[in-house]
Amino acid sequence: MLVRFWGTRGSIPVALTSSDIRRKVETALSMAIAKGVDSPDKVRSFIDNDLDFSIAQTYGGQSPCVEIETGRAEYLVCDMGSGARAFGGRIMAAQKSDPIVVNVLMSHVHWDHIMGFPFFTPAYVPGARIRIFGCHDVIEKAFRLQQSAPCFPVDFSRLSADIEFVKLEAGKTVDIAGYQVTPKLQRHTGDSYGYRFERDGKAIVYSTDSEHKLEDPAETEEFVAFFRNADLVIFDAMYSLLDAVSVKEDWGHSSNMVGVELAQLANVKHLCMFHHEPAFNDERIQSVLNETIRFEQLTRGDRALIVSAAFDGMEIEV
Amino acid sequence: MEIKNKTYGDVLVLSPEGRIDHANSEDFRNSLVPFIDRCKSDCERMVLDLAGVDYISSAGLRCFMLAEKQAKSQGGTIVVAAMQPVVKEIFEISRFTLVFDTFATVREAIAKFSPAALKAYQA
Repeated sequence: MLVRFWGTRGSIPVALTSSDIRRKVETALSMAIAKGVDSPDKVRSFIDNDLDFSIAQTYGGQSPCVEIETGRAEYLVCDMGSGARAFGGRIMAAQKSDPIVVNVLMSHVHWDHIMGFPFFTPAYVPGARIRIFGCHDVIEKAFRLQQSAPCFPVDFSRLSADIEFVKLEAGKTVDIAGYQVTPKLQRHTGDSYGYRFERDGKAIVYSTDSEHKLEDPAETEEFVAFFRNADLVIFDAMYSLLDAVSVKEDWGHSSNMVGVELAQLANVKHLCMFHHEPAFNDERIQSVLNETIRFEQLTRGDRALIVSAAFDGMEIEV
Repeated sequence: MEIKNKTYGDVLVLSPEGRIDHANSEDFRNSLVPFIDRCKSDCERMVLDLAGVDYISSAGLRCFMLAEKQAKSQGGTIVVAAMQPVVKEIFEISRFTLVFDTFATVREAIAKFSPAALKAYQA
């Protein structure tokens, strides 16, 4: 079971600026000079071993789109944020003679989670089959609306693929692309839904755009049950705890600390922080990751929890 | 949850003990409320003495935030003192240091408020 992240940023896509790149290059070269890096082999070793991820690479800026490999001639993906554009390109490049089949699970239809679909090339391919699953009644309406005049030049009705919308119910498990998929209602403006994917004794949870009210033990227990013994939980850790309980309370997102606490209570193996704040640069996300790893160490019980921060292009083998 | 408390001049020092986590945070909050009601501009300033607290979770920190909001709306002030190293790190990771003034000792916290309170504390 391989999870591949095509978009990991929350709310709105962002991109590095020229000055961001220049700062990374300057920092890296200065460090290389100090370390006496003077050959191609040393350059590669230096990049791999000496540079922080936030200098050598980037967390990326596409909005949510996460693929879960199926091992079959069909695709499974959570959300259609701007990362879906590159995901569609990958599908087209890999496609042979079989028709394209894509299963999409929608957490909700806020803009950052649907904006990639008009740029998702398989939607324009005759014979391609796209099934869009979700618990909201308004999913089809939202997809059609964003491709209506005057917002977009190509109307939804002109898409050539066979596109079907399938309604799911929270708590009711269904079989999709070989996975047992269970949706769960989450706290977010207009509601959102998390999904638990199970197959061959492994479990992956996709839980984004979800605020956790700490004063409600029953709600906490519900999420602990939803995350229970998962191999990977992809978790909305957009805010610091301070922001989540003060100025950004009721904005529908959660924090790194609550993610660690829920994962520890649920005996999760790997917590992957997701839906990064668009105002954060790479250094800030790296700093939040380092602090979260430290928080996990401070609060660890019998078993260590792996903590990571998702980046565009990241792959996790479960 | 019982919270030890002692008044020095116009400063109230609250000294909770043990863990404050999701299991007991609401008890903690309920115990805190009567004290927060007294934390006003013309009444008592408050020091949360955390020397006896060995762990605090997000749910516990949320109680601090609610207390701070209420006290602030009443013109009161709450500061935090004497955190154990683990609690201090958690406090920093949570970014609560942006909201609360923190002090290494209760004495330093009281000194910030008034000479009279410090004198009473040292007596």
